[in-house]
Amino acid sequence: MSTTVTWREIDLGGSVAGGTSEKYKTGNWRVEKPVIDYEKCVRCLICWLYCPEPAIIRNGNEVKIDYDYCKGCGICAEECPKKAITMVPEEI
Amino acid sequence: MSKLNPVSKISDLPEESKFRPGHRLCAGCGPAITAKIITLAVPEAIIVNATGCVEVGTTIYPYSAWKTPWVHVLFQNNAPVASGIAAALEKLSAEGRARKIPVIALGGDGATFDIGLGAISGALERLDKIIYLCYDNCAYMNTGIQRSGASILGAATTTSPAGKVIPGKQENKKDLIAIVASHHIPYAATATLWLWRDMVNKIRKAVNYSEQGPAFLHVLAPCQFGWRYDPYLTIKVSRMAVETRLFPIYEVEDGQLRINYRVSKPTPVEEYLKIQRMMRHLLDPKNAETLQRLKDWVEWNWQRLENLEKAGRVF
Amino acid sequence: MMTQALARQHRIALTGNDAVAYAVKQANVDVISAYPITPQTFVVETLSRYVNDGELNAKFINVESEHSALSAVIGASLAGARAFTATASQGLAYMWEALYAASGLRLPIVMALAARALSAPINIHNDHSDFFGMRDAGWIMFNGEEAQETYDLTIMAFKIAEDPRVLLPVVVSYDGFIVSHAITNFYALNDDVVKEFLGVRTTGPRIDPDNPRTFGVLALQDSYFEFKRQQYEAMENARQVIKEVFQKYEEISGRKYTPLKEYMTSDAETCIVAMGSTVGTARHAVKTLREKGEKAGVVGILQYRPWPTKEAEQLFSRFKRIIIMEKVMSPGARAGPVYEDITATLYPNHNVKMIDYIYGLGGRDISAQGVIEIYKQGKELADKGKTDKPCFYGVRGE
Repeated sequence: MSTTVTWREIDLGGSVAGGTSEKYKTGNWRVEKPVIDYEKCVRCLICWLYCPEPAIIRNGNEVKIDYDYCKGCGICAEECPKKAITMVPEEI
Repeated sequence: MSKLNPVSKISDLPEESKFRPGHRLCAGCGPAITAKIITLAVPEAIIVNATGCVEVGTTIYPYSAWKTPWVHVLFQNNAPVASGIAAALEKLSAEGRARKIPVIALGGDGATFDIGLGAISGALERLDKIIYLCYDNCAYMNTGIQRSGASILGAATTTSPAGKVIPGKQENKKDLIAIVASHHIPYAATATLWLWRDMVNKIRKAVNYSEQGPAFLHVLAPCQFGWRYDPYLTIKVSRMAVETRLFPIYEVEDGQLRINYRVSKPTPVEEYLKIQRMMRHLLDPKNAETLQRLKDWVEWNWQRLENLEKAGRVF
Repeated sequence: MMTQALARQHRIALTGNDAVAYAVKQANVDVISAYPITPQTFVVETLSRYVNDGELNAKFINVESEHSALSAVIGASLAGARAFTATASQGLAYMWEALYAASGLRLPIVMALAARALSAPINIHNDHSDFFGMRDAGWIMFNGEEAQETYDLTIMAFKIAEDPRVLLPVVVSYDGFIVSHAITNFYALNDDVVKEFLGVRTTGPRIDPDNPRTFGVLALQDSYFEFKRQQYEAMENARQVIKEVFQKYEEISGRKYTPLKEYMTSDAETCIVAMGSTVGTARHAVKTLREKGEKAGVVGILQYRPWPTKEAEQLFSRFKRIIIMEKVMSPGARAGPVYEDITATLYPNHNVKMIDYIYGLGGRDISAQGVIEIYKQGKELADKGKTDKPCFYGVRGE
């Protein structure tokens, strides 16, 4: 994903607008993905707290995996106190 | 800025962090979690990032993961750059020409323990109104796992390999909190990812303190790549570092030391070493001498902290 | 115009260092950060006194090294402040990596450089090794040959740096000890005149909490070159901007500045080129040579980067011979930096005899008589075509 802007168009002095990483989807890094069993989920938000991307979207106390960015590290599954998250192999 | 009160529930934290996904840090990266938690803990801040994993992984042009003002200049100067920003904002905000928000100098153990230590010392001695947060993954990870002054005794890094003659790093980890606390700054503390509430509240406390002087945080942020463990174990490893007493959680406030997380029945150090290939070679009987030195240090260090805690104002 | 100009100024007697500090005070700088090093120390001390006496409302950051000094100034500049630092020799060398960062980040920082020799062996006296060492760092580079020029250049530096077409850091150098420590009379603009000329800083990269930007990205192979090309263009834009600022400054002060200073050059056959206090010495030498019938002239370098190519070509192509005096040595090079810049300017359209002299290293004195000797010997060697490498003047055994 190379940049194509010319030197006249490029940002000033090695700067860029903040937050643009959202345009770079890292979801294709993973080999396995987390799946939440909402029956077991107690909405403790531990998975959301520890996700390194973050690839868990939080709405109040509800959580949802953001598969656009999830790298499949498995921290959420490991730390979930109710073992409500399972890592399943990604389809190739 | 109004004082930040301690947080008690995860749900007290903002729903969305200003650290955005799409960055290129490894799956399960401890420093990535650190960066995210900083932006959850503080409503707004200027991040002054030293060269290293976090800086490189989160700001590859034209992608930046930071929805906060963020600055990177060089490897060893994030502290004086932060000092310059803080001084400028103090002046400009007094004249209505800028809005003053907290300044957090963020650096890895490479930038903090080694190449930048002199410059950090200067900033602390001047009592500059900044926060310094070191995310410690115990080696120069971005350049390929070379040993740093923060690598622990026995660590197998690429510049201190576990060889046939010398089994890993033979020197001990620098006592960073002792160094910074010796500058008589208002606040210094250790923290780690597993104890998230302690970490969040220490960041908030540091921000409060930065109104009057520098506050320093030393955060242990495990690195699955360098320490060589499976990515999903990052929080477990962070927990084990605390429970083996290898990374004690304590703070120094106005010179008084206080242990924040008491480990009364420590997990054997071997459990921590066994889980990561960086340290596992110490379990080999021929490396018993180095292992013993490490264990002796862990015990000595804990005792030292307990003694300091009882001794009143020690810094 | 001169009477009007004088009405805006006052006569003052200060050392070169104090002249710089005075200019910085008048420029209403927001943040200063510097580390003391001979022969710049008085700039730092005087500025500290101004701040602590309440004469200058600025933040003075007492750093523990020059690397941190420029780093703090970079930080302050990113936060939107007008920021200043000063150094010399080893200090400049220590902040070398930060020089490139400052220009790459496009920050309008101003730095004073009390030019001094570089170790080893250690020497605290004047030469231009430190100055020329930074010629590729992307800074606009000036030299003031005495306090008046140095004062004027420091004031103008802020205006040039902060022009939105430029946004590059500027270094104003002056000879260590010879200029930095000698008291001379000069004209300083009145405070209100400087205030009006410079205003407050409003341009350039700026941290804004309400519009978060990322400064200092990792630019990989696909973007680094474009950032550099953009930076290169800014230096090209500086040529025009400097001209405009010189023009405006002349209207205010009555003093006309040009990138290259000329003395008796209109009909000169042989021209001596120098920079710094030696330019004044060379003028004395040339005055004597003229009395002896020699058609000699002097060109002094005021603006070194951007190298004033057009002006240099027009000027230097008129001479039969150019004798370049350089207070810097480039071991292994065909010639010193100024000789290289002039040859590059004159090639391929002009064929002028040129010879390079290395002199004055480590503060070795040069007198008017010395310049005359260089002139005589240089003229002869140039005519004989014996100019295949630089000559040394004033070193025992040569």
